[in-house]
Amino acid sequence: MIELEGLTKRYGEKVAVNNLTFTVRPGIVTGFLGPNGAGKSTTMRMLLGLDNPTAGDVRIDGKHYAQLKDPLKYIGALLDAKAMHGGRSAFNHLLCLAQSNGIPRARVHEVLDTVGLTAVAKKKAKGFSLGMGQRLGIAGALLGDPEILMFDEPVNGLDPEGIHWIRNLMKSLAAQGRTVFVSSHLMSEMALTADHLVVIGQGRLLADTSMADFIRQNSRSYVRLRSPQRERLLDVLHQSGITAVEAGGGTLEVDGTGPERIGELAAQHRLVLHELSPQQASLEEAFMQLTAESVEYHAHADHQGPGDAAAGRAPSGGPPPGQAPGQAPGQAPGQGWGSGWQQPRKGN
Amino acid sequence: MTTPPTPQQPQAQPQQPQAPAPQAAPQPQQAYAGAMAAPQGPPAMVPAPPPAPAAPAPPSAWQQAMNNAYTSPIPIKKTNLGHALASEWTKIKSVRSTVWTLSIFLLLVIGIGLLAVANTQADDYRDVPFTVPAFFGLMLGQICLITLGVLVTSSEYGTGMIRTTFTASPQRHRVLAAKALIFFAVAFVASAGSILLVGLMASGAHSGPEAGDVPWAGTVLKGGLYVSLLGVLALAVGSMLRHSAGAITTMLGVVLVPAILPGFLGIWESTQKLGEKMADYNAINSLAKIFRIDGIDSSTGTSQLVLLIVITAVAVVSAFALLEKRDV
Ligand SMILES: Nc1ncnc2c1ncn2[C@@H]1O[C@H](COP(=O)(O)OP(=O)(O)O)[C@@H](O)[C@H]1O
Ligand SMILES: [Mg+2]
Repeated sequence: MIELEGLTKRYGEKVAVNNLTFTVRPGIVTGFLGPNGAGKSTTMRMLLGLDNPTAGDVRIDGKHYAQLKDPLKYIGALLDAKAMHGGRSAFNHLLCLAQSNGIPRARVHEVLDTVGLTAVAKKKAKGFSLGMGQRLGIAGALLGDPEILMFDEPVNGLDPEGIHWIRNLMKSLAAQGRTVFVSSHLMSEMALTADHLVVIGQGRLLADTSMADFIRQNSRSYVRLRSPQRERLLDVLHQSGITAVEAGGGTLEVDGTGPERIGELAAQHRLVLHELSPQQASLEEAFMQLTAESVEYHAHADHQGPGDAAAGRAPSGGPPPGQAPGQAPGQAPGQGWGSGWQQPRKGN
Repeated sequence: MTTPPTPQQPQAQPQQPQAPAPQAAPQPQQAYAGAMAAPQGPPAMVPAPPPAPAAPAPPSAWQQAMNNAYTSPIPIKKTNLGHALASEWTKIKSVRSTVWTLSIFLLLVIGIGLLAVANTQADDYRDVPFTVPAFFGLMLGQICLITLGVLVTSSEYGTGMIRTTFTASPQRHRVLAAKALIFFAVAFVASAGSILLVGLMASGAHSGPEAGDVPWAGTVLKGGLYVSLLGVLALAVGSMLRHSAGAITTMLGVVLVPAILPGFLGIWESTQKLGEKMADYNAINSLAKIFRIDGIDSSTGTSQLVLLIVITAVAVVSAFALLEKRDV
């Protein structure tokens, strides 16, 4: 159990982590999601006592990290695959870690085997690929067989087989009753591994919700329409109590009504349709929408990404359900913080 | 050390009803192996839990939650300085740069020493100790110990290893203490050992009536202590500056500037005194005094050694003070 309370970190003017309060519970995989520069790594460093918080507090089972007498047996962390001396062999790297916590040497061989690095145990870490470095870092995290595991962007640099492996590893670790806290900037990755989701943007808490709730609220399915008789189509839909939303490029989007019913309506009124297609909004889109205002490093290419498309949407029916965007962060989970994503946004 | 932990079957079950059952058992190769193999095979195929009514435990009740939590079969040991020393010893001997710098050091002291022994006669040792041939190698060799001292601390910052180290050992002062102790032991054994070797060679080759009977045991200890402390000073500087090149440059300045500057300071009346002190106490002259190059009546470099002890102590204390509060 990891508890953060009002955790804040300032680097000069820059607020990297802003008043974070949440809890990471045992027995599940908690995903820590946020765009690049959101403050995930900084939060994790504070958790490990590496960086001092400017304000607030973080405790592990009620204790500060520095109070842990046997830290590796308590919490294993993968921070940065490069956090090792390149001139040291994989075995010696793990051995010096093991010795510092009184962990038997045999355990080093075990974790090397677990991560599949036995064959290169005597090789220097600097010759390792990013994925191999990642595996070595994970071996270090598993060394003390800890009840809490923390991984900062563990799938970075892994090949598909490696990604598959680490997903299963995290799930099985959590299934053993361990606390697993894993960060990522990829919603799709989280959707596959996490049971609980903590989203931050620019250091602020944006969401703290179960994955199931997030999916339920954000995997919106809708129907996309294009028609040369747009005005008449809108009238017809309106008369039937169907709300259409203009989605740019001359397309309309309809929520909550199947393509069959819309097609039949159009046929009844002899309307020409150029497109009538069922669509599924991705979780990635929902995530981008959620963090749109807090993304730090925008690409300035002039193309329409999914987030931009959503942002450019203007309403043309009644007000869509859901909350206004830009809600105060840190609201209780499950209050539909993400359901406002289909609302119009002012600029980008 | 410890027996391999035994599998603990009950832990294979997910503790929280809402934890999703893994779709499949993790691949065998990736089994959370050995001790952790418990959830492997059939047990990993946890039957889907009945429709979960379960709200997660209230956050405040972490004690309660912990009752279900995973407990490791690896025995818990309170970590102490002994663990840190073992770890630092592994670190220092498992990188090639250590081995190289120490080899070069030994080569310089012993190699140059042997050359000097071969080119001297017994009456050359009338007024100086038999360890003097080691002095020439030490003047160059001290650079190796300085480099090694800096690398012991700063290379961890350069590579990012320091985060891994402090995660494993959050008691940072213990890590620095272990580094300093291990480094000092290595440096002292290498330097005193090589000085002793050179002294034995010289006395073996040249002892006789023409050679004086200048005592030389003290030069082995003091000479070894002086260059080892210089290395510890470098280690402390490396820990404070966290940057290898910067720390090595700083240390070269510490060694060379007081040896060069007196020549300039002597030009002006007002700085003459300072220049003389520098000439007296710079690292090269200090070593010369310890090895009694100036003859039997000169001082034995004790005050020079004391000055270095004081400077090193101040640097080490500062390094400890800076260590705890800074971010890494
Ligand atoms: N040591 C530091 N000094 C100054 N700024 C920092 C430092 N570490 C992180 N930051 C800044 O804090 C913000 C959060 O960074 P980080 O925690 O690495 O984000 P993430 O891991 O989510 O990508 C970034 O804007 C980054 O530039
Ligand atoms: Mg990061």
